[in-house]
Amino acid sequence: MSIQAKHFKKNATKAIKNPQIQTNLKRLYSHFHLAREDAVKATHNWEDLRNQAREIKEHVINHLDYYLEVLEERIKGHGGKVYFAKDANAANEYILNIARDNDVKLVTKSKSMVSEEMNLNHVFGQAGIESVETDLGEYIIQLADETPFHIVAPAIHKSKEEVSELFVTKAHTPKYESIPELTEAARGLLRDKFAKADMGITGVNFAVAETGTIALVTNEGNARMCTSVPRVHVAIMGMEKIVPTLEDLGLFLKLLVRAATGQPVTSYFTFVTGPKRDDDEDGPDEFHLVILDNGRSKILANPALRESLYCIRCGACLNACPVYRTVGGHAYGWVYPGPIGKIITPMLTGLGEASDLPFASTLCGACHEVCPIKINIPRMLVTLRNELIEGKTYPKEKTRHIFESLLFKGWNITMKTPILLNIISKIGVKLQRPWIRKGKIKRIPLLFSGWTKYRDLPPLSSKSFREIWEEKLKDKGKMN
Amino acid sequence: MSSSSNVNASIFITCLVDQLYPEVGQSMVNILRKLGVNLDFPKEQTCCGQPAFNSGYHREAKDMARRYMKIFKGNNYIIVPSGSCGAMIRVFYNQLFQDEPDVLSELEELSSRVFEFSEFLVQILGITDVDGKLNGDVTYHDCCHLRRELGIISQPRDLIKSVKGINFVELNQSDVCCGFGGTFAIKYPDISGAILDQKIRNIKNSGADILVANDTSCLMHMRGSFSRLGLDIEAMHIAEFLDKAMEG
Repeated sequence: MSIQAKHFKKNATKAIKNPQIQTNLKRLYSHFHLAREDAVKATHNWEDLRNQAREIKEHVINHLDYYLEVLEERIKGHGGKVYFAKDANAANEYILNIARDNDVKLVTKSKSMVSEEMNLNHVFGQAGIESVETDLGEYIIQLADETPFHIVAPAIHKSKEEVSELFVTKAHTPKYESIPELTEAARGLLRDKFAKADMGITGVNFAVAETGTIALVTNEGNARMCTSVPRVHVAIMGMEKIVPTLEDLGLFLKLLVRAATGQPVTSYFTFVTGPKRDDDEDGPDEFHLVILDNGRSKILANPALRESLYCIRCGACLNACPVYRTVGGHAYGWVYPGPIGKIITPMLTGLGEASDLPFASTLCGACHEVCPIKINIPRMLVTLRNELIEGKTYPKEKTRHIFESLLFKGWNITMKTPILLNIISKIGVKLQRPWIRKGKIKRIPLLFSGWTKYRDLPPLSSKSFREIWEEKLKDKGKMN
Repeated sequence: MSSSSNVNASIFITCLVDQLYPEVGQSMVNILRKLGVNLDFPKEQTCCGQPAFNSGYHREAKDMARRYMKIFKGNNYIIVPSGSCGAMIRVFYNQLFQDEPDVLSELEELSSRVFEFSEFLVQILGITDVDGKLNGDVTYHDCCHLRRELGIISQPRDLIKSVKGINFVELNQSDVCCGFGGTFAIKYPDISGAILDQKIRNIKNSGADILVANDTSCLMHMRGSFSRLGLDIEAMHIAEFLDKAMEG
């Protein structure tokens, strides 16, 4: 997927001006965010679960090399194949080779964000292989030739009417008005694909090292179809998606589902442990697990950002984020939107490519508050900001901030010298006079013009608190 | 109300109150003195360094933090009319000095003395009823750092509700950010403005004629919109609100 994160600001403004997107974004709070809150309230030991999960993730990520080896060994023991891909290209090539070896013409795919990193559908298309998304939201997105708008709800920005239109023009169905009719139509279309598919592609929600099992969570059962009908199953995972034991898996499934949609359980949990065995009635002849790095080692090597690898892709931080709920998923310009995307995108695509993202946050902390693994996203955003401003790797970015950096130098000197602060404040009080209308500043040029675009600015007080203290408050205190 | 004449506290006024809203500082002083707290104002104080910290200028932020630690040495409580500046000292200074264990232990001591204004009234002075009176429909906005970094949620609400004659209305989505975010408001005006818009809509729908919050930064943001839109809603810092109520 091409990286458009550089255009964050422009694309954000576009989304703000799109009434359809704005209407649909409201649902994230009323449906997802509040549903999550209710689910959390109904789970009496939620905080304990979060702490446990964080501890496990911390442990796994700190010993990732070990757990990856165990996972590989177990999967091979079940007759599966494991491929470690250093980047998206390597992963794509491996999968294309399997497809060629097995004469694959049709692929059914269940939801996988990692496959979006790889632009896998496009790669299949180039190779003349038909690849069909089978998660309803992803299917809609594929028809529209768009990218997922949300990690969990990829088509949340589309209205029923838009979907109906897409079905007519792209899937050649009759015109359906209601959601049940549209769902039924998609079901029919996809059943046919499932029956004919040669290869099934899935993501991986969790990979259990102990047993060599991959766990998939869906509400539509489409992953189960993808893993059981076609001759070949290829699962793709980011290398961080490991949990040590089956017991741990229970904990993570509980957290994931509640944080993602507020459901106590999802409709389908699918566990896959290797290809079809001799006495199995169904299942694929071949099972491959592709474990993708694609920049994750870089995150792993950075202790200040490592905890971003704890993410289980529940999307709760998106739903909680006032910025995401205002600009939506496409503005972020790559695979992962929202608060966690502001860390992962710069790390996986290059901080210089996505340098707007770490700054595009009010640091309100809502993401940290809702994260089931307690990932401290605001802390990492500040770390990335610091890296861009004071690090050595981004000279171009530094040039971009040269004026701001001079301002902060001046600010620093002023704030260290209260007398100077007083003088500057007095000059400010004089300079601001022409701009004051009825006690407010309505418009101000240059630096603060962004502020006065939407709100008035209060003028500097003619007397600062420190002056008032010296003049009248200090002595009153003494009299007491 | 109890008298607290044996309590000594230093005011950390914050740059915004110092330069833009000195009346908030005055209200805070009025209330604390009425409650018998002995106050002083370390004259050398300026900014805690948060603008630089948030913007990525950590050299400058550290410089300000070290300066702050020197100025506020001692045994006094430190009272701040801001959750955000309080969080800077209690939470974010630790991130700034994460690789300097000596500073971290010094910070632990400093942090234990720093209190946000409403937190100080409730936790240190044990006051939840200010014995005040005022008229109006009052609502409350949870400032982000106050709520999420310092965990201050009930204290301001209890204090506001203790004022007789008012009707307290919970604000829908009271814990959602107002869109200020420091330089964010200037760097991303369209996003900040749209988030603010949503906040203002909720405030209007609450029917309140007074909005109370604990940070002048967020108040400046929301007040700026009230005045731009010509809304007749008063935005008050909790110190101003309580001071006015205590005057009766």
